[in-house]
Amino acid sequence: MDLSDTTEVEVARRAARRRRTGARVALYGLVLAFTGMAAFPFVWATITAFKRNQDLYNRANNPFVFNLDPTLEHVDLLLSGTAFPTFARNTLLVGVLVVAITLALSLPAAYSLARLDMPWGGAMGIAIFFVYLIPPSLLFISLSRVVATLRLQDSVWALVVLYPTITVPVSVWLLMGFFKTIPREIEEQATIDGYSRFGAFARILVPLAFPGIVAVVVFAFTLSASEFIYALAFVARTSEKTISIGVPTELVRGDVFFWQSLQAATVMVAVPIALVFNLFLERFITGFTMGAVKG
Amino acid sequence: MAIVEVRALTKHFDGDVHAVEAVDLATTDGEFLVLLGPSGCGKTTLLRMIAGLEEPTAGDVLIGGNSMAGLPPRARRIAMVFQSYALYPHKTVLQNIVFPLKAAGMAPDERRRQAQWAADLLGIGHLLDRKPRHLSGGERQRAALARALVREPSVFLLDEPLSNLDAKLRATARDDLKLFQRRVGTTTVYVTHDQVEAMGMGDRIVVMDKGRVRQVGTPGDVYRHPADTFVATFLGSPPMNLVRRDDVVVGFRPESFLPKGVADAGAEALTVSFHVHRVEYLGSERHVIGTVEGLGEETRVIAMLPATVSVDVPVERSHEFVVAAGDLRFFDVGSGLRTERQRL
Repeated sequence: MDLSDTTEVEVARRAARRRRTGARVALYGLVLAFTGMAAFPFVWATITAFKRNQDLYNRANNPFVFNLDPTLEHVDLLLSGTAFPTFARNTLLVGVLVVAITLALSLPAAYSLARLDMPWGGAMGIAIFFVYLIPPSLLFISLSRVVATLRLQDSVWALVVLYPTITVPVSVWLLMGFFKTIPREIEEQATIDGYSRFGAFARILVPLAFPGIVAVVVFAFTLSASEFIYALAFVARTSEKTISIGVPTELVRGDVFFWQSLQAATVMVAVPIALVFNLFLERFITGFTMGAVKG
Repeated sequence: MAIVEVRALTKHFDGDVHAVEAVDLATTDGEFLVLLGPSGCGKTTLLRMIAGLEEPTAGDVLIGGNSMAGLPPRARRIAMVFQSYALYPHKTVLQNIVFPLKAAGMAPDERRRQAQWAADLLGIGHLLDRKPRHLSGGERQRAALARALVREPSVFLLDEPLSNLDAKLRATARDDLKLFQRRVGTTTVYVTHDQVEAMGMGDRIVVMDKGRVRQVGTPGDVYRHPADTFVATFLGSPPMNLVRRDDVVVGFRPESFLPKGVADAGAEALTVSFHVHRVEYLGSERHVIGTVEGLGEETRVIAMLPATVSVDVPVERSHEFVVAAGDLRFFDVGSGLRTERQRL
C-alpha cells in the first residue's frame, strides 16, 4: 500500500473498521449461543415443572411452551408429598460440614506442602493425589466396613465422614497452587511486621488465597449435594437421605417417573447454588495478587 | 537507634553452597551502611540473617549489643523493605501502613495518627485509600518505606529498594531516601549491586564478593585505596586499569591517566607510551581506549578525559600519557591484595 495515496489509506481504514465490526458481531453471537446452551436445560426444566400431565404427555404438544394452563400441583407434591424439605435440610447440613472439614484439613496441609520445604513434601503431595484417583465405586465396598465400625450406617453422619475423603485431596492440590502463586516475600514481610508464622498465614495468606478458598467451597458443596454412590450405599432411611438420593428414590416409583416434580427439585437445588456462586464470581475471577510485587 | 553487629556470621546452603563466609561487621549508631557486591555475593543472605529470615549456619547477630540468636524476625525491632516492596495487595495503603501497628496492639486512633504522620513524611498522605496495584513504582516504594518507618524500628534493612524504578526516578528516590534517613537518624543497612547508589548514599561501604567481605570503608576510601584487585575493578566506571609488571600489578584510575602536558603530574610522574585504538565521545567526557607499551605486559586500558581537556588524540598512533605517582596503586600478583608502593 502506498501511504502517500490518501484514497488508498482511506480504503484501508474502512476495511479495518469493517473487520472490527465483524469481529464484534461474531463475538456476541458466540456468547449468546453459549449462554443459550447453558441456560436451555434450566428453562426447559422450569417449564416442565409447571406443566399439567395432559400437556406433558401429549406428543402432539410443543414441549417448550405451556399448551395448557400451568399448575403448582407437582411442586406441591414435591414439597408436601415427599420428604423434600428433610432432604434439603440434610443436604445443607452435610454440605456445610463437609466444606468446614475440607477447609480445616486442606488449608494447613496445602500451606505446609507449598511452603515448608519438608524432605518428604513432594512424595506426600503425590500420595494425597493418588487417594483421589481410586474410584468411589470400588472404595465404597471397603468403606462399608469403616462405616459399620463407626456405627454410622443409615445416618447422614456417614456422609459427613466419607465425603471429605474425596474433597480433601483435590482441595489440597488446588490450594497448593494458590499458595505457590503468593510471593514468599509478602509472608516474610508479615513476620517482620510483627506476626508469627500462623499470624501471617491467617491474616495475609488466607485472604490472598480467597479465590482458591471459594473454589474449594463451591467444589466441596456441590460434590456433597450431587454425590450418589455413597449416599445410595450407606443411607436407606428416608429421614437421613440427602437430595441426590432422596429425590430419585421417592419420585421414581417402579417405572413411573414423576417428571414435573423431579424437574422442580432440580431447579430448586440449582438456582440457589447458582445465586450464591454468582455473589463470589467477581472475586473468583479477579487476578487477586496483581500488583503485589511489581508491574 | 541501635548498633548492628555480626560476628563470624556464616551461611551454607545444602552443605556446599557457601553464601556467606565468616563475616565480621559492625555499624555505628545511626549509620547508613551499604552492602555492595555483584549478584550472588551473599549480601542479601547477610541482610536476611540480620532480619532473622535465615538461620545462620554459624556466628551471631547482635542488635543493640544483644545476641538475636533464636529470636524470630518480629522480636528484633527491625523494619525491612524488600526489592519487590512486598506490599499486601489486598489491603489499602493505609491498611498496609497500620498493619505492623496492629501487631503491636496499638489503639485504632493512635494507629491512624501514626500512619498519617509516616505517609505525610513520605509525601503519600493523599494515597492512603488506594490499593497497591493502583500506585506507580515510586509511590509503592514510598508506601513500603512508610510501613517500615511507622513503628519507629531500631534498624532499617533495605534490600535493593530502588532497583525496580526507572533511571530518572531512581536518582530522585536516592536523594529522598538519603535525606529521609538522615532526618530519622535510624541505623540502616542497605543492600545494592549498584555502585552509584553505594557511593552516593553510604556513610561506609562494605564490598563483598563470594560470601566474603573484601573491604569496608568510606566511599572515598574504597574508591581511592582499594584493598585488592576485585574492589579496584568492581568500583569505578570504567574500572581501574590494571597492568601486570613482573610480580606486581600496577593500577591507575582512567581519570588519572592523561595526555602529557595536560596537567602538572609532578616530578615523579610515570610516563608511558599509549597506543590509541578508539575514542568514545560521551559528551561530558571522552573514553580513550588503547594499549600501554613498555610498562609491563601489553594490556588494554582506558583513559577518561574530561570535556575540559580538548587535546586532539588521533587513533592508531602512540601518545605520551602520564600518571601522577600518588595515583599509582600496587597489588600482589598471586593474592590480588594491595602491596607497598614501588619505584617504576
